[in-house]
Amino acid sequence: MAATDQSSDHDEDVNRRDFLYVAAGVASAVGAAFAAWPLVNSMNPAANVLALATTEVDLSPIAVGQSVTVVWRGKPVFVRHRTQDEIDQALADDKTDLPDWEADADRAPRSEWLIVIGICTHLGCIPLGQKTSERRGDFGGWFCPCHGSHYDTAARIRKGPAPRNLELPGYSYLDDTTVRIG
Amino acid sequence: MRGLLAVLGVAFALSLAAVPVFAAEEAEEPLERDWPHIGLFGTYDRAALQRGYRVYKDVCSACHSLKYISFRNLIEIGFTEAEAKAVASEFSFEAGPSEETGEMFDRAGLLSDTFPRPYANDAEARLSNNGALPPDLSLMAKAREDGTNYVFSLLVGYEEAPDDFDLTDGMNYNHYFAGLQIAMPQPLFEDMVEYRDGTPATVEQMAADVTQFLAWTAEPSLEPRHRMGFQVMVFLILLTILLYFVKRKVWADVH
Amino acid sequence: MASAGNREYKSGLIRWIEYRMPVFSLLDGVIGRDYPTPKNLNYWWNLGSILGLALVIQIATGIFLAMHYIPTADGAFDSVQNIMRNVNNGWLLRYVHANAASLFFVAVYIHIFRAFYYGSYKAPRELLWFLGVFIFVIMMAAAFTGYVLPWGQMSFWAATVITNLFSVIPLVGDEVTMWLWGGFSVGSPTVQRFFSLHYLLPFVLAAIIVLHIWALHVHGSSNPLGINVKGPQDTIAFHPYYTAKDAVGFGVFLLLLAFIVFYEPNYLNHPDNFNPANPLVTPPNIVPEWYFLPFYAILRSMPDKTLGVILFVGSIVVLFLVPFLDTSRVRSAKFRPVFRQFFWIFVADAILLGFVGANPPEGTWVVIGRLATAYYFAHFFLILPLVGWLERPKPLPDSIAQPVLGDSAPEVAE
Repeated sequence: MAATDQSSDHDEDVNRRDFLYVAAGVASAVGAAFAAWPLVNSMNPAANVLALATTEVDLSPIAVGQSVTVVWRGKPVFVRHRTQDEIDQALADDKTDLPDWEADADRAPRSEWLIVIGICTHLGCIPLGQKTSERRGDFGGWFCPCHGSHYDTAARIRKGPAPRNLELPGYSYLDDTTVRIG
Repeated sequence: MRGLLAVLGVAFALSLAAVPVFAAEEAEEPLERDWPHIGLFGTYDRAALQRGYRVYKDVCSACHSLKYISFRNLIEIGFTEAEAKAVASEFSFEAGPSEETGEMFDRAGLLSDTFPRPYANDAEARLSNNGALPPDLSLMAKAREDGTNYVFSLLVGYEEAPDDFDLTDGMNYNHYFAGLQIAMPQPLFEDMVEYRDGTPATVEQMAADVTQFLAWTAEPSLEPRHRMGFQVMVFLILLTILLYFVKRKVWADVH
Repeated sequence: MASAGNREYKSGLIRWIEYRMPVFSLLDGVIGRDYPTPKNLNYWWNLGSILGLALVIQIATGIFLAMHYIPTADGAFDSVQNIMRNVNNGWLLRYVHANAASLFFVAVYIHIFRAFYYGSYKAPRELLWFLGVFIFVIMMAAAFTGYVLPWGQMSFWAATVITNLFSVIPLVGDEVTMWLWGGFSVGSPTVQRFFSLHYLLPFVLAAIIVLHIWALHVHGSSNPLGINVKGPQDTIAFHPYYTAKDAVGFGVFLLLLAFIVFYEPNYLNHPDNFNPANPLVTPPNIVPEWYFLPFYAILRSMPDKTLGVILFVGSIVVLFLVPFLDTSRVRSAKFRPVFRQFFWIFVADAILLGFVGANPPEGTWVVIGRLATAYYFAHFFLILPLVGWLERPKPLPDSIAQPVLGDSAPEVAE
């Protein structure tokens, strides 16, 4: 079985053979990637977990001045129906020097409703201030008892070790009395 | 090779002969019916699934739970999100305890909830059904031999017991049920359900619709599975052919 | 039989690693360009690598399934439904895992029967064969513990039947059975520990497979002619020849797996396993998965429970004795026309036993089951030794290369 090919034929054979090998190799690699993806994707949140990704809150029973805590994605969310005084104070404070400046209008598009994640941005405790009997700190908003952070009526950090304002979850108003968080 | 063929022949012949031993009062084989979801390219008939849901809701859900189906799953069979939410809110679920009173309270169902059980527990279920326990229906189409056909046959298979048949009190004659008598009374009667799309609600129609609905509850992944299967089979056939030519090329100097 | 690591690698990176940890020359010597393999292997020799692929598939899908499975009596059935309905591609993971287990056994049975036909278990490969039978036993344990995990009716009652067998052990039988259960009957402690064992066993399997491949590589693969390799003219490098051929085998295996997974994923499953386990309701017909049916038939062939267990265990232990029961000096059935007939009869007997196991032990099935069980043992204890002694085999070719190359094959001293 001595090879007596002409050199040009041999070259052509090599090229065709290489193409075949490359094609098979690439196809196998693509197949392996397509097979690996479902394994990796199975670790992403499952459908029943994703179904709990949003929480709808009925705002109608929340009286003016009342603050309600709802659970969203396992975290507490403060929903406060602000009084006119609280709104005015927040707007006035827009002009002061704030550690993490943000306009009140950006934090509360509908000024009577303030919706923030109730986790202190310092080390993660849940600030006090939801109940009227609780301490609300020096600025009328919330007070974190762990290390003494004070938040104002727009839940902005004013005093204390926390670096940032209480976070805003994404939310949208479905109608006048219902908001969907997340 | 001849030996292999002989063995395969014997195996095939045996498989035909291997009929299970039937006792005298054994159930009939279920009726064979063409279902749209059977076959390599089968898909569910969404109109039938929605009608079948109506039958489940209006007739079966009084006694049978559907514990593995969430209200949000109804969107997969063609209901809008608003319709699914409306269905969910018809049911109430225990929540709490309340921060103020420390007691549990009721809340309306959400999309993320699953269909609740009609009874609080097995004991209550048996009390309401002459000692019989109505099984959950989520998997029924797979939990019986030839399940889809069996469910359909059972629903249309009620009739008067023959004179020589000893029917126990409280039982009903159905010649597709093992032992020929079943605790469940005939559930479907003509026109007991009003279909939104105007289809006449004959017993056969309702049985076919709820059967397809239950086939879906047992196997909601059927359509993505068939779709992915087609792509995977085509890819693997091409890949195997390619690999075979690689093998022949590699072995060319040996042969 | 691997050649010394004289290979020069072109890539600088590979040379860097090789100098510090000679993994590439090791691989080349084990499955690569420096491992000589008989050149005449047919496709029945693909099953070894296919079994390796099946194990990898089971471990991969199993690890990801274990992230969602809850191994308690209360949680198991619901967690499997959660995987099927909610976990992304969970249905795919589950169906692949369940059906690849079946194909794993298809492959292992073909692999075993290949060894029977070609005499691969004969000297000097007896230890290789023992390791293989041991692998088969571990596979059975892994499959059994795995089937209990979904906690359906069949899972529960199969666990009950098989664990109850241990009570036939004299003196300590009942204690051993309760020790296995972790209670007074199959319950949550049982499924919890079966999950732990099911996760462990595939890795035990991998370790024994390393030994199996090591034993194989000492004398190399046997071949369809059953005659020894006489020199380099009889062999070719494993890579690229058998890597390319194994790839084709992988393609066929994956095609079969894909067809079952995507179009008939519940065909091999028992409907009763879609009913949650109920200790108070016994299914009308308790059957194991198809691959255990022949052994199940042997177990039920005797009315006496102890005798049934002895035969059941014996039917697997007898496999260890095969290299010594077969007295033929010729390996391959290709040259043993009488033995070849008995081989196919044995295959038919094994399939018949499978049907016996699938049916309730009533009527004619009882008689057929007993005859088929008797024949099973007769094949090993009577036919293997007798046919080996009495048969006159066909003349063997001089070498592997000779039938191909004819008289132009180099002369080799005997």
